[in-house]
Amino acid sequence: MRFLNHLTLGQYVPTGSVVHKTDPRAKILATLSILTGVFLADQWQVFALWAAFLTIVVVMSRLPLSMVLRTARPVIFLVVFTAVIHLLFSQGTPIFRFGILKVTEEGLRMAFKMGSRLFLLVIFAGTLTLTTSPTELADGLEHLLSPLKPLGFPAHEMAMMMTIAIRFIPTLLDETDRIMKAQLARGADLDSGGIIKRLRAFIPVLVPLFVIVFQRAEELAIAMESRNYKGGAGRTRMNPLVWRSRDSVAFLTVLVVTVFLVFLNSRMSLV
Amino acid sequence: MTEKVIVSFENVSYTYPGSGKFALKGINLEVIEGEWLAVLGANGSGKSTLARHFNALLVPTQGACLVGGSDTRTVEGQRFAREMAAIVFQNPENQIVAAIVEEDVAFGPENLGVPPEEIKRRVERALKETGLTDLAGKPTYALSGGQKQRLAVAGAIAMQPPCLVLDEATSMLDPSGRQELQQVLWRLHSEGMTLVSITHRMEEILRCDRCVVLNGGSIVWEGSPLVLFRDEDQRLGQWGLEIPPLVAVWKGLVESGIISGEAPPVLEEMVSALCP
Ligand SMILES: Nc1ncnc2c1ncn2[C@@H]1O[C@H](COP(=O)(O)OP(=O)(O)O)[C@@H](O)[C@H]1O
Ligand SMILES: [Mg+2]
Repeated sequence: MRFLNHLTLGQYVPTGSVVHKTDPRAKILATLSILTGVFLADQWQVFALWAAFLTIVVVMSRLPLSMVLRTARPVIFLVVFTAVIHLLFSQGTPIFRFGILKVTEEGLRMAFKMGSRLFLLVIFAGTLTLTTSPTELADGLEHLLSPLKPLGFPAHEMAMMMTIAIRFIPTLLDETDRIMKAQLARGADLDSGGIIKRLRAFIPVLVPLFVIVFQRAEELAIAMESRNYKGGAGRTRMNPLVWRSRDSVAFLTVLVVTVFLVFLNSRMSLV
Repeated sequence: MTEKVIVSFENVSYTYPGSGKFALKGINLEVIEGEWLAVLGANGSGKSTLARHFNALLVPTQGACLVGGSDTRTVEGQRFAREMAAIVFQNPENQIVAAIVEEDVAFGPENLGVPPEEIKRRVERALKETGLTDLAGKPTYALSGGQKQRLAVAGAIAMQPPCLVLDEATSMLDPSGRQELQQVLWRLHSEGMTLVSITHRMEEILRCDRCVVLNGGSIVWEGSPLVLFRDEDQRLGQWGLEIPPLVAVWKGLVESGIISGEAPPVLEEMVSALCP
């Protein structure tokens, strides 16, 4: 159940903090600004300042730091792997040798840079999903992308798709589980043999799953039509997004911090 | 009291595109405001097809369907019918759109362009009517079958339709879920909502005001549930329906003279007739 909860509500953990109450549009824009800043950083002092800024945001959001750090768990392997690759295979002045492996000064620097960059990117994105419900995220994206509507970009449809996907993930997981059990009961062998054999064994699970998905989609479409759904035009929201002055302040603060740190970084790399 | 007709089928026939045979054939039916109508019929008798005519999800291929007096074949009539009648479908799982209970209830009113404050009031009221107030902020997947179907009813009544159509809404529920839903329907009916219960479960119609039986796309019988059970037990079989056990017991008791004639076949009343 906890696993399902995780999928349904994303990682959202409501605490009622100012960060949670900030308009999702402000949070999405701020996150984009931060991600750009972190991506452009390559000085350890600047990484340290970004980490300090992250700590301030986390404290304001009233989430335990350990919980925020845990959002990096799925990519921790990637972070370590990237760092190790850079550590061992960069050219340059060797610091010490270890058999055929050598660690260079440049390698050490690159490993730290790539590792910190990736880590910070993931943690900042994680903070966004911890403090913003999927519905708010979808609404925020719809609003931010709506200027593209005249160009034919389906902003509302995308947000509705996100909402429905989030709604149906647990249902489809249940369904998959049921089909797998049914096929196992019929003597299907789903987990032995090589990768090809295992993939082949999954066909009897995938085929009924697809049939069910299409049938559900059809019924859902009729139910939505029956509930007066006619697309985004003329639709109101129970909780419309309201951009308050504090949202402007939040976004501008982040923007200023980003510009400052990018500037600082470029000055330091010149030295 | 003048009886106001809220939905009227005038010689309606319907054939699905690409199918040669009639799914509905020559239906004449008037639904009176405030009544609780039951539509009975075996699988494939055309019940769902009929249901979808109430809010213009389908429009007649012959004849006319008037909802609130306007013809569903016109654009205006279709829009009107969507607001006059809401449908609760068979599978609760496939009519829930949002991941959170209250957001799902809000879906219909949002589509109708209702202002936010009014949506909040309606959602609150619909949740209260269906006994879901405590679950407002819960994820929808975590609900039981009965709760999901009550959520579907909440989503429907939040649009404030005068008429609610339930297409085999209880058929996928367990007995307690079915009972929860029946209680909600009772309350809505007592508050004056027009209800159309579509079912093949005979015991669910005992409390309805009137019932019609569909067979092969046509209405073959119309009258009160009590009379249906009393007089038509031979033909029920032909229509693919079966007499509920409770009614069979009641009939047996009446025939052997243990209790007398007209007591409605409701369990509590039978018990009190047997043990005065
Ligand atoms: N989408 C469809 N296309 C073609 N025929 C259909 C479709 N849906 C139902 N039918 C046919 O119409 C008839 C009535 O179906 P339906 O109204 O679903 O019956 P019920 O709800 O009483 O089980 C059946 O013979 C069925 O096969
Ligand atoms: Mg049906």
